[in-house]
Amino acid sequence: MATLALRRRSVIPGFGITIGFTLLYLSLIILIPLSATFIKSTQLGWGGFWTTVTAPRVVASYKLSFGASFLAAAINLVFGMLVAWVLVRYRFPGRRLIDALVDLPFALPTAVAGIALTAIYAPNGWLGQYLEPLGIKVAFTPTGVLVALIFIGLPFVVRTVQPVLQELKPELEEAAASLGASRRQTIFRVLMPSLWPALLTGFALAFARALGEYGSVIFIAGNMPMVSEITPLLIITKLEQYDYAGATAIAVAMLVISFLLLLIINLLQWWGRHRHQ
Amino acid sequence: MNTTTSPTLNEPAWFRRLLIGAGLAFLGLFLALPLAAVLTEALRQGVGAYLVALQEPVALAAIKLTLIAAGIAVPLNLIFGVTAAWAIAKFEFRGKSLLITLIDLPFSVSPVIAGLIYVLIFGAQGWFGQYLFENDIKVIFAVPGIVLATVFVTFPFVARELIPVMEEQGTAEEEAALTLGASGWQTFWRVTLPNIKWGLLYGVILCNARAMGEFGAVSVVSGHIRGETNTLPLHVEILYNEYNFVAAFACASLLALLALVTLAAKSFVEWRGQAQRALAPIALPAVQPST
Repeated sequence: MATLALRRRSVIPGFGITIGFTLLYLSLIILIPLSATFIKSTQLGWGGFWTTVTAPRVVASYKLSFGASFLAAAINLVFGMLVAWVLVRYRFPGRRLIDALVDLPFALPTAVAGIALTAIYAPNGWLGQYLEPLGIKVAFTPTGVLVALIFIGLPFVVRTVQPVLQELKPELEEAAASLGASRRQTIFRVLMPSLWPALLTGFALAFARALGEYGSVIFIAGNMPMVSEITPLLIITKLEQYDYAGATAIAVAMLVISFLLLLIINLLQWWGRHRHQ
Repeated sequence: MNTTTSPTLNEPAWFRRLLIGAGLAFLGLFLALPLAAVLTEALRQGVGAYLVALQEPVALAAIKLTLIAAGIAVPLNLIFGVTAAWAIAKFEFRGKSLLITLIDLPFSVSPVIAGLIYVLIFGAQGWFGQYLFENDIKVIFAVPGIVLATVFVTFPFVARELIPVMEEQGTAEEEAALTLGASGWQTFWRVTLPNIKWGLLYGVILCNARAMGEFGAVSVVSGHIRGETNTLPLHVEILYNEYNFVAAFACASLLALLALVTLAAKSFVEWRGQAQRALAPIALPAVQPST
């Protein structure tokens, strides 16, 4: 990286060694192994690659993964905003405890979340036994996938919106009110425009996380081909059949989508920063 | 602003209660209920059965492997996090934002793919497969693969917490120390480290929670050999699939306990960090996807 020479002079030592180690470690652990997927997928040739990633069972898994992830992120958008609002604006007993608990999905291993949610929503489970007579099946159906993805995406919107909401100056709302705006107008015309970048960032993060999720989903999904089988599970299935090239092709398709999402997230955050200033 | 009762500056009391109620109901359904389910199911057949399940040799082996994997992955990523944050926060250079994006990359890669990439390199059909086979070195379906996959998924945690903290602090204090004749190491240990210790601890706590709880990535490279290559989360899966629910939930309850300890430690560090310095907005949970 010849461009590194263009850094500004500084009296602080250690640039060479720290940037050198950073780039080496990053390359060895992340970049070179990730590039292995792209190199491996070329083995199939373009035709083979395309046939693999557009096979009916694979396409069905995209539909489920994308649909459930999108719906889960949308539900988290609404309830995340609600939870952030309640935590920042209102005072009630246990508020700090609940605030800390919001991060549970970050801290709880996904396999634990998976079996716990299954215990709740299985036909004989805690809630499942009451839903079953109503004809509602959650566990072992696409709805179960949705429930797991809501769980793991829950903290993202709360945690992106919360700091923005905290920093909003009350003067803004007072000014709007004193100029004759109703509470509803203040919220939708004054508050919401400053919150949109954070809300969308949280949504995109929850969506991206849900797309790749594996541990919490496989227990509750039932994993029926064409019905409740998520894309990451298909990669594992192909690996277990020693179809390395096929597994890699699906992985590459997923990686490309993840990188696009990452780009969108970065753009959203850039938008948020510029809007804030 | 929270105590105001003016109808133009706050919602009516009944509406506030409705919102609080709806928020709490959502969190109760999705957070409290699963947590309660783990603990209840684990104790379904009494404390005796619970303790027996935890003392199984394979369960103990799984706990040991989980500790080994986290014990290697967390220090590695700690060293990486500090060096990367030093280079990124203390110096100006081109390509910095690209470097930060690349460090965040593991957050946007599915854990399953994180496992797959090491299979492609070290597996039997992989780049080094032949060489490793001839020299009788096992990476995939063995402990090294589990450690590698854990390092990958926990890669960004420490760096991601430290970069904003160190950027916020700027370089003035270090420059002063160096001008007064301190060596680079002295400056780091005596000036930088005390300033970043809460951010560092925060990153380590999150990194450790993920390292001990990782499932997808480790599942791909583990081979699921009982007592040998099963981490605790993988052991939970095996027990569960064998319909040994009490044992599965008993092991899961250990991991749930780890999660609760993590949350408590995290809140404590946030609180101390805020008391120490104006660390507040930065120390909030990472904006990028984590655990």
